[in-house]
Amino acid sequence: MSFVLNKVRRAMYLDSVALMRLSRAIADIDGVEEAALMMGTPANHEIMSDAGLMAAEGRTAGGGDLVIAIRATGETVAEAALKDAEAQLEAPTAKSEDAQAWQARTLRSAVAAMPGANLALISVPGDFAAAEARKAIRRGLDAMIFSDNVSLDDEAALKREAANLGRLVMGPDCGTAIIAGTPLAFANVVPTGDIGIVGASGTGIQEISCLIAQSGGGISHAIGVGGRDLKSEVGGISTLMALDALRNDPATRHIVVVAKPPGADVTAKVLSRLADAGKPATLCLMGAEPLDLPSNVTQVYSLRDAAFGALGLDAPMATAPSEPAREGEILGLYSGGTLAAEAQVILLGQGDSLRSNAAIPGVSNEDGTGHLILDLGDDVYTRGRPHPMIDPGVRDTPLIEALSRTDIAVILLDVVIGYGAHDDPAQHLAQIIAEHRTDASPHLITSVTGTEADRQVRSSQLNRLVQAGVHVAPSNAEAVYWARALVT
Amino acid sequence: MELIETANAETVKRMLTGDPVLIDVIPAHEAIPTLEPGMILHAGPPITWDRMCGPMRGAIQGIAVLEGWAGDLNDADAKAAAGDFAFHPNHHFDAVGPMTGMTTVSQPMLVVENRAFGNRAYCAINEGLGKVMRFGGNDTEVLDRLRWLRDDFGPSLGKAIRHLGGLPLKNIIARGLTMGDEMHQRNVACSGLTLRALAPALAETSDNTTELSKALAFIASNDQFFLNIAMAMGKSITDPARGIKGSSIVTAMSRNGTDFGVLVSGTSDQWFTAPVEMPDGLYFPGYSEADANPDMGDSAIVETIGLGGFAMGAAPAVAGFVGAGAASEAGHFTRRMGEITTDENPEWTIPAMDYLGVPTGIDIRHVVETGLAPTINTGIAHREPGIGQVGAGVVRAPMGCFRDALTAFAGTLGVA
Amino acid sequence: MSEKSNLLQGPLKVVNIGLDSFADELKSQGVEVQNVDWSPPASGDPRMAALLSKLGS
Repeated sequence: MSFVLNKVRRAMYLDSVALMRLSRAIADIDGVEEAALMMGTPANHEIMSDAGLMAAEGRTAGGGDLVIAIRATGETVAEAALKDAEAQLEAPTAKSEDAQAWQARTLRSAVAAMPGANLALISVPGDFAAAEARKAIRRGLDAMIFSDNVSLDDEAALKREAANLGRLVMGPDCGTAIIAGTPLAFANVVPTGDIGIVGASGTGIQEISCLIAQSGGGISHAIGVGGRDLKSEVGGISTLMALDALRNDPATRHIVVVAKPPGADVTAKVLSRLADAGKPATLCLMGAEPLDLPSNVTQVYSLRDAAFGALGLDAPMATAPSEPAREGEILGLYSGGTLAAEAQVILLGQGDSLRSNAAIPGVSNEDGTGHLILDLGDDVYTRGRPHPMIDPGVRDTPLIEALSRTDIAVILLDVVIGYGAHDDPAQHLAQIIAEHRTDASPHLITSVTGTEADRQVRSSQLNRLVQAGVHVAPSNAEAVYWARALVT
Repeated sequence: MELIETANAETVKRMLTGDPVLIDVIPAHEAIPTLEPGMILHAGPPITWDRMCGPMRGAIQGIAVLEGWAGDLNDADAKAAAGDFAFHPNHHFDAVGPMTGMTTVSQPMLVVENRAFGNRAYCAINEGLGKVMRFGGNDTEVLDRLRWLRDDFGPSLGKAIRHLGGLPLKNIIARGLTMGDEMHQRNVACSGLTLRALAPALAETSDNTTELSKALAFIASNDQFFLNIAMAMGKSITDPARGIKGSSIVTAMSRNGTDFGVLVSGTSDQWFTAPVEMPDGLYFPGYSEADANPDMGDSAIVETIGLGGFAMGAAPAVAGFVGAGAASEAGHFTRRMGEITTDENPEWTIPAMDYLGVPTGIDIRHVVETGLAPTINTGIAHREPGIGQVGAGVVRAPMGCFRDALTAFAGTLGVA
Repeated sequence: MSEKSNLLQGPLKVVNIGLDSFADELKSQGVEVQNVDWSPPASGDPRMAALLSKLGS
């Protein structure tokens, strides 16, 4: 037998929507069959009567009175529900916890909400990235595409359309840029200065800009163009536009270009554009042969030399640690692809035999012999996992295995910090090393690509690594030279 | 495509430059000369008797008795099933109707003229809340009220409006938006503003204070009185925007309780339909989702011109109907609808959103691209005929009809 | 042909589409950002997406 309980709150008005929500909450209580909180208007009297909710007290309510009407399985349940309803009526209206700021769902409405938008930073899955970039350039925005897995055909078509529209496309697979003092995606906090960088490689731009910063220099802009921009199919469209932009930029005094060696046709275009720029320029094509250059261009072969060349300084060479040299090979476990390439360039230049999963010209694949330089950012290691710069755990397995190897003389590492990177990669490395290192383990050498102004703070990272027994070189190039010095 | 952008700009320009004025109340057979006895206009896209939902059938029974085409409700039911009545959408006759949307020869119709284009649109008078025909109600009380509207209130209202020389509506909407109305679930302010404008004229043209008092009380007691005016207005604004080749802008959204239908300017009079969805809302005591009829009515014409669910930011009190959303998030609904529209209405603005204009010009390309369905504020009818309204809530237009519309629209441009 | 890119003159006003962390980091630097709550166009329906790109959405 149901029990009907009414309570009338005289001269209490609440909006009907608020009351309907409250009614539903009360009706949901276990044992409550039906509940209504309504103003006592004639229409509402009828509704509550029809719902079997009216008792004597409710019938006394006038239009300005609030009726709380409950039908429940028993008196106790009804009383408890009434108490609950009254408590909720008294409770201050809390701002809903899920009240959130509105977020645009499309580029179109984001642009509408922010007039003057000038850059789209795109990191959606590769299948969709070109389409989003196309929307951006058609609306007058430049685009930076962090996403990879965009087809080469799509990249070429997109960049041709962009060039026609006068828009710059950085990427696809552009990990790093610094535009007008703003680091984008994986970049470091570096001082503003007069050196402009155009780079087909993210970590290349990071290493060069950080070495420039460490030596007191600064960056005007660093424009990433993506790893395939200089391929003949694309023809260096973005690189050439970026060079034009830096030529016209009064803040840029010196231009640095860093990339893998392009085909002859594209190399010629880049050199001709550098000559047109009329500003002193440093060209670093990782693994390239010496080229015939315009008079304003200097060719260098490592990231370190690119940085110091742009600064107009001789590159220093830090003294290698005084450790006993050891028999065996160097194993490079790199998170930064261009840092791995730089290691290969230097070792190759020293006449060593070596192999790599990301071999530069003259280096054999992994089946060869000699030092082994692994790029752990390669697809083989990152399929279904974040990049090792984001998740240093990608390096754990090969590192732990290497720490037990006696045929390896030196384990060569890199640590890259800054925006986008892991919060504390040094701590992660230190922990693995502490757990797995023995007296028989190979030497450990690394460098830290970053600056004091980065969130992770370069000196803190460095100190943590030194405490863990890792030798930390001032640059990746010096780390490679040190490694060679510790191999007999 | 340049052609589409140009066509859409023209479509929306026609909508935004409309100048709707409430000019009269006249019987449906005068308003719509092709409307004949035995014809019943209903809400939504075309539908046959066998597929009609309960409230639609209930309303048809009631209106047939009211018109004298059937002796009683059972007789009306039998005649409808036997094919004695011709059913057509209101939209095919320059008309709209809320919920079941019954329009027959003798019904008094509000007349809204779009003075910028010279076209007229029609809608019956709102019956008030409770048991009413638009929710499928058909008992004596319902029919008596309709007789009074037909024989007394409608003619008086028409006389008063003519005496006024017409009631321009754009300004009433603009002010209503600043007073918390979105013109679909909340018409309190606009109904009040309309009463303020009409009362002197009603008094001036009345020779019977008892009837005058009854008429004024009828308007004053119905917070939704303005809804039907807003609907006729919406229809008068969207009609000139129909049939523009290459335009992907929606010119009507409508539901018959079984199907949701959408009209697109570039595909003229072709309906694209999908099964209607259930509203998500709050129910009157004693009722629940189990009692609810699927979505129904031509009233989504107000969303088509940027009001209702699209103007939710103006009416935080209505946002509570969603069940999950906070009132402080009402503006999100409006911004979300901004994702699927091409323009903002510069004259109809929302103060609390920094005078953002209501999102206008639903582009089916944007709807399909974003997967954001138009959000419609709606009343909820009981699934059985004759019971009436059991709640109110929000319903999303089904995506299927927009996908079909996009495919057909692309076809008109030779794109597949 | 539109006006040439003058991105290098700054200041940047960025529309971020994809990883939220990029938007957060830009905001923390005081850069004006609109972060798009992105999902695949047409809910990933390839036929609709192809139609949309032809219709210039």
